[in-house]
Amino acid sequence: MSDELQPDQATPATNGKLALEVRGVTKRFGALEVLRGIDLSLHQGEVLGLVGDNGAGKSTLVKILSGFHPQDGGDLLIEGQRVGLSSVGSARAHGIETVYQDLALIPQLPVYQNLFLGHELTRFGPLRILDKAQMRKLSRQYLDDIHVNVPSVDADSDQLSGGQRQAIAVARAVRVATKILLLDEPLAAMGARESRLIIDLVKDLASSGRVSIIVIDHNFAHLFELCDRLLVLQGGRITVERQVHETSLEELTELMVSSYRAQLEAVSEAGA
Amino acid sequence: MQSAAPTPAPAPAAIPPPGQDRVGGPSLAARIARAFLYQRELTPLVLLIGVFVVFAIDSGSSFTSTLSIAAAAGYAGPIGAIAVSQVLLLVLAEIDLSAGQVFLLTPWVEYWLHTGGVPVVPAILLALVVAASVGAINGMITVFLNVPSFVTTLATNFILFGVVLVGSNDASASPIPLSGQSGFASSVMGNSNWAEIIWVLVITIILGLLLTRTRFGVRIIATGGHIVGAAEAGVPIRRVKIWAFVLASTVAGLVGIVDAVKYGTLDPGQTGIDYILYAVGACVIGGTALTGGRGTVYGAFIGALLLGLLEDGLTVAGISTNDFYIYVGAVIIFAMALNVQFDRVVARSKARR
Ligand SMILES: Nc1ncnc2c1ncn2[C@@H]1O[C@H](COP(=O)(O)OP(=O)(O)O)[C@@H](O)[C@H]1O
Ligand SMILES: [Mg+2]
Repeated sequence: MSDELQPDQATPATNGKLALEVRGVTKRFGALEVLRGIDLSLHQGEVLGLVGDNGAGKSTLVKILSGFHPQDGGDLLIEGQRVGLSSVGSARAHGIETVYQDLALIPQLPVYQNLFLGHELTRFGPLRILDKAQMRKLSRQYLDDIHVNVPSVDADSDQLSGGQRQAIAVARAVRVATKILLLDEPLAAMGARESRLIIDLVKDLASSGRVSIIVIDHNFAHLFELCDRLLVLQGGRITVERQVHETSLEELTELMVSSYRAQLEAVSEAGA
Repeated sequence: MQSAAPTPAPAPAAIPPPGQDRVGGPSLAARIARAFLYQRELTPLVLLIGVFVVFAIDSGSSFTSTLSIAAAAGYAGPIGAIAVSQVLLLVLAEIDLSAGQVFLLTPWVEYWLHTGGVPVVPAILLALVVAASVGAINGMITVFLNVPSFVTTLATNFILFGVVLVGSNDASASPIPLSGQSGFASSVMGNSNWAEIIWVLVITIILGLLLTRTRFGVRIIATGGHIVGAAEAGVPIRRVKIWAFVLASTVAGLVGIVDAVKYGTLDPGQTGIDYILYAVGACVIGGTALTGGRGTVYGAFIGALLLGLLEDGLTVAGISTNDFYIYVGAVIIFAMALNVQFDRVVARSKARR
């Protein structure tokens, strides 16, 4: 998958339509103004990378898009329609799946139930009896397909290594993603092999063109491999936007540093 | 407990945690040790059988007589009903201290409605609606005001006790509708000696299946095990908690009515806090920790039976029932210590992997 030739690197696999639009979204926690007006658009089938310092508000933005936090101001549009995402469930109903930075699996539940958490297969209609056999079987198949090794799908998730847990958390969202997938530092604390596995998984999904993806990561090499476009979040705003094929590691680093410097100057001027 | 996968899968789930199965299979002793580690109901079950055997040898037929066993069941019934429904809350890392008082209040409501002219069946159903509403209020206050349920339900416990005292004018009530009558309906509702414990057994099985086999059960475990993780996965954590409070309260009310029919009178001065204390004891004896995420409904039922047998056995043996409390305390501490020890062994065996 990863070594496949990509015939048309210059144009991302998009059809020009917007999967998601964020307009002027603001968010504060008490006195802390985290997002000061975020504007961004995500094209259908696009992979958008989001970078920024720790505490820049990347996770907060993801949590707004996934229905976990309400925004204070601004609008969210999905396929051109204004939507209110009042809960994780309602975001999910709009086709948004998320891998959170803290990737919390439930330690007391086995792997297969974590994989299906929120998407349980049930029988007997309203009785909602779990179809454990089917979930086990599908979990085994799916994890085999994507080459995630776990001792057993029946192992409790606190028996797994950090990397395995992370792979399960990513797999959970990727498996069911239909429209929009949000990945908040999916590769943090992962070994090289596991990172490769997740990158391939996401690239695979992206190449299908069905799913639009926002991915947060600190590793530029990963981002350059995965993404069509990169955004930099600084001081609560998007400060830099570049198509991946138009920029380089050096330019991006330079842009980040210079806008950081500009911010510092603005702050010290305001202070003076 | 474990349902086998129909596929000839490489990792059958006979003995948890199945991830640790080695080629050749472990020795019998290792299997037994593992069964006790992972099936927490086994220890109280062995304890229960042990207590039964000791009393049977000690007191003979006066202990094993139907009358004596029925008395044991009579002690175990109310504790069991409250304990098995409390497990759902304990797994959520919540508690309902008012459940015992709901157990006592619900038959009062039925009685008041009936003496006010409402026929028996609607009176019972309306009383159950009241019990459910108390649960809903407990749940909503806890969830929306973000108050620990320990405090919320401590308060409702006092309020409900006051409601009974005020509503009854401090006078006891009898006869309770259906009580002392013959016929199928009144037997089922509590007149038969065994009705109450059978109700509790049926409720235990239903709640046991609910916790281990349904989506609601997974949501309870997920919410209690890791609340942020559950919320992120889209589990409606608030709704799950409120429904668990409603369920626990309704079960307490239902068996409260059966208990009132059985005894035929209601005493307004009786306090519910005793019931909940025994019930939590039964949960702990049964293998449920109060840390959330884990718990066993069946274990709580066994724990209640154990307390019932203990109370009855000591009475029959002619030992002062005052000793009962010392035994209860000792068993709870023993069970808790064992559970902590088991948890440690499990954690260590996981860490070694
Ligand atoms: N729930 C919260 N309550 C209060 N402050 C928060 C909360 N979540 C995040 N923050 C604060 O908002 C800022 C942005 O956090 P976050 O979005 O996690 O940043 P990033 O993901 O870019 O590292 C940080 O200063 C963080 O402490
Ligand atoms: Mg973050």
